[in-house]
Amino acid sequence: MPEATTAAPIAHHFSSAEQQNETAAIGMWAFLVQEVMFFGGLFTVYLVYRNLHPHAFLEGSGHLPVGLGTLNTVVLIGSSLTMALAVRCAQLGRGKGTAGYILATMALAGVFLAVKTIEYGSKWDDALIPGVRWDPWPGADPHLNLFYALYFIMTGMHAIHMLVGLVLMVFVALRSLRGRYSPQNHIGVEILGLYWHFVDLVWIFLFPLLYLLNAGGH
Amino acid sequence: MTTTMEKRRAESYLGGEYGIKSWFLTQDHKRIGILYLLGLTFFFFLGGLFAVLIRLELLTPAGDLFQAETYNKLFTLHGIFMIFFFLLPAVPAVLGNFLLPLMIGAKDVAFPKLNLLSWYLVMAGGLFAFWAMVAGGVDTGWTFYTPYSSTYANTHVIAAALGIFIAGFGSILTGVNFIATIHKMRAPGLTWFRLPLFVWAQYATSLIMVLGTPVIAITILLVAIERLFGVGIFDPGKGGDPILFQHLFWFYSHPAVYIMILPAMGVISELVSCFSRKRVFGYKFIAFSSLAIAVLGFLVWGHHMFVSGQSLYAGMIFSLLSFLVAIPSAIKVFNWTATLYRGSVSLATPMLYALGFIGLFTIGGLTGIFLATLAIDIHVHDSYFVVAHFHYVMVGGVVMAFLGGLHFWWPKMFGRMYPEWAAKVSAVVIFVGFNLTFLPQFILGYLGMPRRYHAYPEEFQVLNVLSTAGASILGLGFLLSLVYMPWSLIYGRKVRGNPWGAKGLEWEVVDTPPSPHNFHETPSVEEPPYNYEGEYTAAEVAHA
Amino acid sequence: MSDHVLPIRSYLNVFFALMLLTALTTAAAFVDFGSFNDVIAMAIAGTKAGLVIAIFMHVKYQSPLIRIFAVAGFAWLLIFFVLILTDYQARLPVPGWGS
Repeated sequence: MPEATTAAPIAHHFSSAEQQNETAAIGMWAFLVQEVMFFGGLFTVYLVYRNLHPHAFLEGSGHLPVGLGTLNTVVLIGSSLTMALAVRCAQLGRGKGTAGYILATMALAGVFLAVKTIEYGSKWDDALIPGVRWDPWPGADPHLNLFYALYFIMTGMHAIHMLVGLVLMVFVALRSLRGRYSPQNHIGVEILGLYWHFVDLVWIFLFPLLYLLNAGGH
Repeated sequence: MTTTMEKRRAESYLGGEYGIKSWFLTQDHKRIGILYLLGLTFFFFLGGLFAVLIRLELLTPAGDLFQAETYNKLFTLHGIFMIFFFLLPAVPAVLGNFLLPLMIGAKDVAFPKLNLLSWYLVMAGGLFAFWAMVAGGVDTGWTFYTPYSSTYANTHVIAAALGIFIAGFGSILTGVNFIATIHKMRAPGLTWFRLPLFVWAQYATSLIMVLGTPVIAITILLVAIERLFGVGIFDPGKGGDPILFQHLFWFYSHPAVYIMILPAMGVISELVSCFSRKRVFGYKFIAFSSLAIAVLGFLVWGHHMFVSGQSLYAGMIFSLLSFLVAIPSAIKVFNWTATLYRGSVSLATPMLYALGFIGLFTIGGLTGIFLATLAIDIHVHDSYFVVAHFHYVMVGGVVMAFLGGLHFWWPKMFGRMYPEWAAKVSAVVIFVGFNLTFLPQFILGYLGMPRRYHAYPEEFQVLNVLSTAGASILGLGFLLSLVYMPWSLIYGRKVRGNPWGAKGLEWEVVDTPPSPHNFHETPSVEEPPYNYEGEYTAAEVAHA
Repeated sequence: MSDHVLPIRSYLNVFFALMLLTALTTAAAFVDFGSFNDVIAMAIAGTKAGLVIAIFMHVKYQSPLIRIFAVAGFAWLLIFFVLILTDYQARLPVPGWGS
């Protein structure tokens, strides 16, 4: 595989590509640790309120579309696969392949966000958006607002992280097409991959905690 | 000689590139450290201004200078500016940024662009807080307790909260940067146990920054969401739990105080060693105690909530854990003292600050144990005892260490020496003023004077007058340094090399002031740290 | 950072495993296992997470340092959860709270 002559040079304060790569990896992992704590705060709020108002959570969850949630889970995991394959292409020095898989990741992310929009839209129709448009069905649990507040805040925060990921993907895909990555130096793709897998991880936990509490509709 | 000095200045990081852009778009960690110094000095004196107003009000028992609502804004803004925009960034972002790469033999931090972004984020956050101030202020206390902050307050909570959120993000990025730097950019031969203790301290601090700050970020966002949408997260009327806010808030804000004190302790290790001309006693104990504080510091937050409605069971657990976290801090104090013992002690200004730190931090730390004791805290919670305690550790501890470090590394940073006589006077004035301000507050608190009140019973006046008198002296001491430090940049004695004869890469290898890329060639380290002559046996040198 | 290039097959295998586990968790949601509902859901989610972390994020092939980072975040979260629950589990019941 010929060395890409357009590959980006290593930064002046590093002594080798290996040092630059390892440093970037550690940096991204440290950043992901703080992301775990950021979402962790929300999961903590969830933990507490589910403990305090279990019935409200069951009711709220029962009204979430399990089918769409499952679909989104499949789509997002699929996007993790395409991202992993994008990183693999970068490891092999295949710039176009990398960009192609990133594009696929973006498409799947787009599907996810479209489904989310549909979901949010139906919540608007049902007036189940606390503080914005809130008029639940008669006899609803008085603390339903807490479940739906968490639903919107947690999935909303997750969606924002996806949007950031999408922007980053554009940059990385373009760089890849311009041949800026090489098998020795493609850490940008790797750390984008780490970030995106993290986004997937958050959803892996969000999905059952929000959508699957009451799938049978008790 | 002068021409050589000027040439040296032009070849240093201070010269070479001139102009606004070369500073505001710099990626040089040294220039970024200076940018932080400028910004934080501004916020420090802004916070100090509020302190002045508070102490003026408290000269008399009646609330006659300000209305209660205004007074609430004063102590809130004092806390916000001092904590988030001075104490938290001070040592890491000013001294840490400047020194870390120098101490480990690196040309810069791991992510220089991220470093610059961090500065902008902290400054932007400060601007938001500043705007909240001029737009009418915030009156929730820097602790933003719900449901007042989330539902009832009609002051500029969201602006202040956003400022803290943004600055917090800057703090997180600094932590990420330092972790990566310390792991991956040490010079050849610089094993972990050859690192200066300042670096260990920075590392432990960065761990806390990364693990804790995101929690306050999300908490603040939730308060903002609650204010904007009223969804009920912290509103008891809608099923929310205000104490949940306190759990979330203190989960960060307690470790935050270790973000403040750990780097300060790192400075003290450097100062005590250099000015005793001895290696630090119990190096490994100090190194590991930094990590222990970082970990244990996350397990104690409930000691801020003993009387909040938190369960007694949880209170007992947090009380016990809080006793534990004092142990590593005490270990450090013992080790510094042992370093001083039979050392060749010289009382230069940095050493005065270091000695002051050891004494004042000990008082602050011991009174912390009183507060950690559940049964005592019931009585002194929300009293001036608490206020005195944290000012002893924050001002008597962090600020003293910051000033000591600033004086110590000033010649390295600028190639100029500050005037020793003025500095000594200032240090003594600060020490005296500080104690006069805060010692009476222990008594006031114990006697029952509550904090955050602008009026108090007559019998407390004498102590309050003493405290205000002390505050004026303290303020004078700070203002004095605000005068002679900049003065020294122009008229101070020019310095080259290693004026203190200190050990460490930053003193022994790096130019004074440093060249733009720090090192002309990558250094290699074979010695243990603090290798003041004759202090290590041959076997120890071989094993280090 | 590893230079370990996994065959496409490895990624596909993980993907199919994740699909299976997703189907499993959704199906399990329709059955009431009583107090085990949460345990099962979190066990499945944990397994999925483990696969993503180990294979997609390459942690299986990384240095011990990276592994420590990967664990640290979750460990800290655990600290948070456990200590907070000591408060909520032990608090005196307040009228109107908890249905």
